[in-house]
Amino acid sequence: MNIFGFLGQLFAIALALLLAPLLTGWVNQCRAWLQNRSAPPLLQPYYMLHKLFLKDVVLAHGASPLFRFAPFVVFGCMVLACAIIPTLSTDLPFAPAADTIALVGVFGLARIFISLAAMDVGTAFGTLGGRREMLVGFLAEPALLMVIFTTAMISQSTSVATIVETLAHRDFIIYPSLAFAGIAFTFVSFAENARVPVDNPATHLELTMIHEAMILEYSGRHLALIEWAASLKLYAYSCLGLALFFPWGIAEGNSVAGLLLAIPVLVAKLAIGGALLAVIETINAKVRIFRAPEFLGTAFLFAVLGLLVRLLLETQS
Amino acid sequence: MRFFGEPIEFEKQAGIGGPVWLGRAESGEALQAFAVAAHRADGRLAALWGSDERRRSGCFRVHCVFGFMAGHIRVSLDLPAEHPVYPDLSGIFPAASRMQRATRDLVGIATAGGDQRPWLRHGAWPADWYPLRHDAAQLANAGAGFPNAPSDYDFVPVGGEGAHEIPVGPIHAGIIEPGHFRFSVIGERVLRLEQRLGYQHKGVEKLFVGRNLAEGARLAGRVSGDSTCAYAWAYASAVEAACGASPPPRALGLRALMLERERVANHLGDLGALGNDAALAFGFSQFMRLKEDWLRLNAKLFGQRFMMDRIVPGGTTLDLEAPALRAIVEQCEAVGREVKALGKIYDEHAGLQDRFLTTGAIDADLARELSLTGVAARATGLILDARAHRQGYTPPPPWAMLGVRPATDERGDVAARAAVRFAEIVESLRLLRELAVGLPDSEVCVEAPPQPGGDGLGVIEGWRGEVLVGVALDGEGRLARVHPHDPSWQAWPALEHAVMRDIVPDFPLINKSFNLSYSGADL
Repeated sequence: MNIFGFLGQLFAIALALLLAPLLTGWVNQCRAWLQNRSAPPLLQPYYMLHKLFLKDVVLAHGASPLFRFAPFVVFGCMVLACAIIPTLSTDLPFAPAADTIALVGVFGLARIFISLAAMDVGTAFGTLGGRREMLVGFLAEPALLMVIFTTAMISQSTSVATIVETLAHRDFIIYPSLAFAGIAFTFVSFAENARVPVDNPATHLELTMIHEAMILEYSGRHLALIEWAASLKLYAYSCLGLALFFPWGIAEGNSVAGLLLAIPVLVAKLAIGGALLAVIETINAKVRIFRAPEFLGTAFLFAVLGLLVRLLLETQS
Repeated sequence: MRFFGEPIEFEKQAGIGGPVWLGRAESGEALQAFAVAAHRADGRLAALWGSDERRRSGCFRVHCVFGFMAGHIRVSLDLPAEHPVYPDLSGIFPAASRMQRATRDLVGIATAGGDQRPWLRHGAWPADWYPLRHDAAQLANAGAGFPNAPSDYDFVPVGGEGAHEIPVGPIHAGIIEPGHFRFSVIGERVLRLEQRLGYQHKGVEKLFVGRNLAEGARLAGRVSGDSTCAYAWAYASAVEAACGASPPPRALGLRALMLERERVANHLGDLGALGNDAALAFGFSQFMRLKEDWLRLNAKLFGQRFMMDRIVPGGTTLDLEAPALRAIVEQCEAVGREVKALGKIYDEHAGLQDRFLTTGAIDADLARELSLTGVAARATGLILDARAHRQGYTPPPPWAMLGVRPATDERGDVAARAAVRFAEIVESLRLLRELAVGLPDSEVCVEAPPQPGGDGLGVIEGWRGEVLVGVALDGEGRLARVHPHDPSWQAWPALEHAVMRDIVPDFPLINKSFNLSYSGADL
């Protein structure tokens, strides 16, 4: 580790914090255009965060310290996730701190805290949302792990940086297993980020909500942190997907030129990914909540298929 | 004239509105016996309200309107001023329960037995004060009012392993009307839903008292804003029956034109909202665009987006010239094409149909038992439409000449209610074209001089279902009592049944597929 590596790491985190709300804003814009609506400004999520940070926090009478503590934990988890996922370069000093399995754990930790916080104040909707979130989570996590095992087997390492380095910077090989893993990962990302067809980020119907139901009682800076964390999660998942399946353009070292090239490539990839997300969200209706297990079961099946393809067909190569 | 061999003499209401017979029961037993006979004859309870007649005849009066294939029958029963009690009809017609409770809260005439919980009274006035009595001091209007006491309400508890309650509302996460829903659930499964409504109570019936006929027309058009034409026409029809006035043919054509435009506007909005509740925002924005264009043409031709105050006793307040009628025909053609395309998209969208099919199903037997009318009833296969011919019933003008084809579907679920709306849009567009092309030439308004002591009932097939307005005039020709009745009274309990066996997150979709009025039923 050198000072460049450290600076590169800090830059990646700062970029994540800045780009994440922008990605959310971009997806919202695309959704609006696809629905023939005039779109909100691209910077709308920043205005929202600014407004929320200025507002007073209103706490429920029964709120325990956990309720106040949880937004910080969730936000911290998402920042950590963004730090260990290679966005610009694979030379990440923080990368040894956590491998992909730990990354899944970090997402799990955030989920547990936000669900506990939702149940903490004892409203019906919080409990409802927390329960549903756990239903989605416990089905999504194994599928995500399977996806990661497939890529880990290719690179013989569970470190995200090593996986990306293997896939991006060695001889170009087509791995059929990654196609299955990619489909599974897309499914999981939709469920984990509370997007249509599993959840609807734009709904105002409290009885159908999952993620929104959990955060109904939050306000002020707590809500801002949670909203920001949700943006970061979408960003982290997008970057993880890009790093695993479209890793080209990520710099190998922390040379200034490499980073300068990596930034526009990343932005372009995120823009395309965000637009695709909006398209999928627009043409799909939300599934019945008891279809969500089927949806995630399919994801798991694809992930297992990917692993089997890797084990049975690709190990000779 | 007598019905079902019951000893009640009926007289047919004069005028050109739908067929209505009015009669008086001699005793509570006679009323109850008539209700039983009506139920046996496949009738339904269309409305129930009370009035304070102590000034004129020294008694209270309860009015029950029963709906049949051939028309409507209103039975009135005089109750002694000292102890006004009448027999409970909710055992015969479950729909009676909430109407009886509302009548007790407002007029202070109670049933012997049945549910005695308050319905519209939420603690805004004391239990022994009845706003619709003549001698109720106008405290509430004087600004002094009563202290607003919080009122407890005994929801029916549901027990058992793992059963718990989810209270929802009256304040919701979205901007909608207030209503409280108490779900008893196991996990996501709904065991029971109990509604508590009345948060929109604003004393409309009290406001009618003492007004002249024109003021009454304005108020009637504001009972439920989405049904302003239906209410205004039902009110006008009741006043015309009470005063012996006949609106000219062109006025009837114009009224039908407005009513159908109101129906199309609401159906367009509902279909969009149904898509939105299943997170298909594309459908929402498309239908909302169509609805907005529709309302803008309303504003241009009728001077008001919802066409408020255009229907008055005696006729209409405006006439349409040939270019306006041409614009309507052109718009019908354009909208018809777009609705057809959108209907295909909705039908073929697997995700949407998966949410719609089998969700929130009720069957025709239940619909009949609950006295349901309108879209929700037709979606179970009941052919109930006051505009359409059926056995033994000829619709009043101008519908008789148009040959309205009622839209039905037998499935009774969300998909059926959506399909009925699509079919009704298509039929309404056809009616609008016929009405616009064949509008008869005549004046559009005649004088409807108030008839002291007159009394009438108007029935109109609004977009949601059957809208009734009962009108009684006092000795000076002013309004003594007006009761507007929204089809939502009967449909709210049907919603409680529809959501049983379904899961909590499907409730918003089921609720939207009924799209009931809070304001119209809370009065």
